[in-house]
Amino acid sequence: MSELIDVVLTVNGVPRPLSIPARRLLSDCLRHDLRLTGTHVGCEHGVCGACTVLVDGLPMRSCLLLAVSVEGNDITTVEGLAEPDGALSAVQQAFRDCHGLQCGFCTPGFLTTVTAGLRDNPDPDEQQARDMIGGNLCRCTGYQNIVRAVLRAAELAR
Amino acid sequence: MSTRWFGQPIPRVEDERLLRGAGAYLDDLGHDALAAAFVRSPHAHARITDVDVSAALDVEGLVAIYTYDDLPDRLAEPLPLLIPHPTLTHGRTPYALARDKVHHVGAPVAMVVAEDRYLAEDAAERIAVRYEPLPAVVGIAAARAAAHLVHEDVPGNLAARMTQSTGDVDAALAAAPHVLSLDLAIERSASTPLEGRGVLARWDAEARRMRIWSSTQTSTGVRAAVAAKLDLPLVDVDVITPDVGGGFGVKIMHPWPEEVLVPWAARLLARPVKFVEDRREHFVASAHERGQLHSVRVGFDDDGRLLGLDVRFWHDHGAFIPYGLIVPIITSTQLLGPYKPGAYRVTFDSLYTNTVIVTPYRGAGRPQGVFVMERVMDAIARELGLDRTTVRERNFIEPHEMPYDHGLVFQDGRPLIYDSGDFPASLAKLKQLVGWDDFEQARETARAEGRRIGIGLACYVEGTGVGPYEGGHVVIETSGKVKVATGLTSQGQGHQTVFAQIVADELGVPLDDVEVVTGDTRRFGYAVGTFASRAAVMSGSAIALAARAAKEKALRVAGDALEANPDDLEIVDGVVRVVGAPGAEISLGTVAVLSNPLRYAFDTAAQAATQFASGDPAKPPVPEDDEPGLEGRDYFSPMQSTFANGMHAVVVETDPDTAEVKILRYCVVHDCGTLINPRIVEGQIHGGVAQGVAGALYERMAYDDAGQLQNASFMDFLMPYASEVPSSVEIDHLETPSPMNPLGIKGAGEAGVIPGAAAIASAIEDAEGIVLTSMPISPSELWELRRSKETG
Repeated sequence: MSELIDVVLTVNGVPRPLSIPARRLLSDCLRHDLRLTGTHVGCEHGVCGACTVLVDGLPMRSCLLLAVSVEGNDITTVEGLAEPDGALSAVQQAFRDCHGLQCGFCTPGFLTTVTAGLRDNPDPDEQQARDMIGGNLCRCTGYQNIVRAVLRAAELAR
Repeated sequence: MSTRWFGQPIPRVEDERLLRGAGAYLDDLGHDALAAAFVRSPHAHARITDVDVSAALDVEGLVAIYTYDDLPDRLAEPLPLLIPHPTLTHGRTPYALARDKVHHVGAPVAMVVAEDRYLAEDAAERIAVRYEPLPAVVGIAAARAAAHLVHEDVPGNLAARMTQSTGDVDAALAAAPHVLSLDLAIERSASTPLEGRGVLARWDAEARRMRIWSSTQTSTGVRAAVAAKLDLPLVDVDVITPDVGGGFGVKIMHPWPEEVLVPWAARLLARPVKFVEDRREHFVASAHERGQLHSVRVGFDDDGRLLGLDVRFWHDHGAFIPYGLIVPIITSTQLLGPYKPGAYRVTFDSLYTNTVIVTPYRGAGRPQGVFVMERVMDAIARELGLDRTTVRERNFIEPHEMPYDHGLVFQDGRPLIYDSGDFPASLAKLKQLVGWDDFEQARETARAEGRRIGIGLACYVEGTGVGPYEGGHVVIETSGKVKVATGLTSQGQGHQTVFAQIVADELGVPLDDVEVVTGDTRRFGYAVGTFASRAAVMSGSAIALAARAAKEKALRVAGDALEANPDDLEIVDGVVRVVGAPGAEISLGTVAVLSNPLRYAFDTAAQAATQFASGDPAKPPVPEDDEPGLEGRDYFSPMQSTFANGMHAVVVETDPDTAEVKILRYCVVHDCGTLINPRIVEGQIHGGVAQGVAGALYERMAYDDAGQLQNASFMDFLMPYASEVPSSVEIDHLETPSPMNPLGIKGAGEAGVIPGAAAIASAIEDAEGIVLTSMPISPSELWELRRSKETG
């Protein structure tokens, strides 16, 4: 149990060497070892989506991944979503424009999910926008403004 | 003139950092802290016969294990009964760690502290607790039957029985031309914020000071509770509320066991300690609400006017009652909604069960009360063959009857007097918005296509902004920046934005120059907390008053400097100027310098100030009736709550085969007085409506007879995703300003959730022709109701 495994995780483009136990969840590793606390943990059983990060561009639940299993993959967290010049990304800006967040706890998972979703489908209609966020839980917003934010982000990116 | 911010739907100032992942929630703090984990009861009711920790002692990284026997002094006493009431004759509260007995699944039995949470859980699972199971009391029927008792010394499982009445109900019912009886039920649900509870404590042994961060709805409450339990002077305890990932009621304070145990361990171990609740713990160790049974007799005349209303209900408050009778008192008073009941009598029993405790969840007893009253209205309409809106109209309190005194006592101990509202106007707006009068055409069109649709509505009145007070502090710094503090906390409501809007207007400064801090006892020590839709009303008003005080001083000091009468001054974009005298002006930052006789010239504002003469040489540098600095502090304490109101209409479609319910339209007319930020108010309504839909169609706490919560995960507790909520919520506002506060506002936080179950029940009933008496309703339950109707 105390055995530590040396890995190098590539997070937001930066190689991060770590010595961690095999059982360390990626969510905990990002948050507590790398201090990237933007990734939030809402259920620890892969249902709420708050901990969603991009692994090689695909949205994945970091609470269901062991950190040691993603060595060699490119991991993007909410901290890595902004534009290179520091401006909010289209998705982030759209959530602000549309009041798509309240307490903000679920928001990082929505942002990563929508970022990936709009890469797959840059021009969603409303139903597709709703489907895109269909696996993430939010308790504050009722989702209406999040759906609007998805559509607005697509518009901003065009 | 500069922009007026009040009323503008501006984007939130909170969002930028939250969108970048730069928020600071409880578990984002204290990376150096030890982790606490709890051994919790797997039994709903049992005697603890042995706790054997020996197998846990070898776990690497273990720091400490605590059980009840380790608790000293006041920590060994039961936790407080926070809100006593004369009728709460048998109030029982838990020990911070179970002593001898456990009373619900999830009750904390032992606390483990280790180097990290993984190791703490390793140790926790090696602690062997031996239990002798006792019969569990689950559900209101079992509690009333009292074949078994939750607490041996509480006969009938009855904590409280309370009656309120106005008029002679028995006589009114005896004389009424029509009398109906209804039995109505609402099941348990829960706040379920995405972030669970959490607390971090750091003891400074050298300064003998305690610093606590808690994901709480009241930092001043946590501070007072910890000071009392750990025997610390209040001034040596700081409580800071970080970003909070939602509250909805469950993060109020009574206090939670973890909130006192974690600081205690931090002091004992002289190391920071953190507890972060996981999702399963949140289901079985945090609070639920809503579970009530109601039995109603109503008498009315041939026009559908209420003559007498007799309500008896039973409230399941779980294993303990630390927060008192707030929820059932609210049900018993707010049940009346916008109506005149004629004679009214309400009696409730608050009952113990071997389940998780009950404290307010957004709406706080109102969804149940509104469900009861609106079912009554629909039943009267059905009985008399009247339109459902007609029956409501005939029973409304009219605008000219405001303020309207119900002759009852509200949850704050004050008379239940509505201050404002125009219910006929609201209903007219709602009928227009949803197209009530044209619905029969839509129904026929749908029927021709083989579809079943129905329409329903529900009305509510919500007491918001309960006292006793909140305060605000506004300080203008020499930089011209304005720093604002209020003691109550934020859980996503956008307080930093709306309070900044208020201050920017009051002071005449740019919005970007205003920074608001909430829930930090270092900045503001007196506060009640964020619940009961009270933050905007209470802290918004207090902050406005504090800003006015700061402005008054700014004008006085500037008047001296500019040799002008303060009445001739105005503040625009942070500059005080003489009206009609261009060039005669002074920046607020410079005024701030002048307000403090100690004036080291270490910044440009101080240098600029030296050009102005200041102070009366005949007086001391700080006159007797003054103080240094450019600050305002004030409190707002209203005589009573202010009453918001609203009405929802919903159109549903029910699947003829599967009995699934789909919401086609959801319309809201809402009166929360004047709006500070319409975008934020609409966001609050959206979120509330989603929780209302959840309580109507999806969420329930599925306890089995042994008191095991069968759906204690997000896989099984059906919290709505985007696919379950209405695709849009159509909102129309009516603004009747409250006369109770300086800004005319009423609370908006809970409104959206309140009439959801009632409106949706009304719509399903309309679609199906089946009377609904219990919510939530699942497709299988509706299917069963159809079948029993068909078989007679």
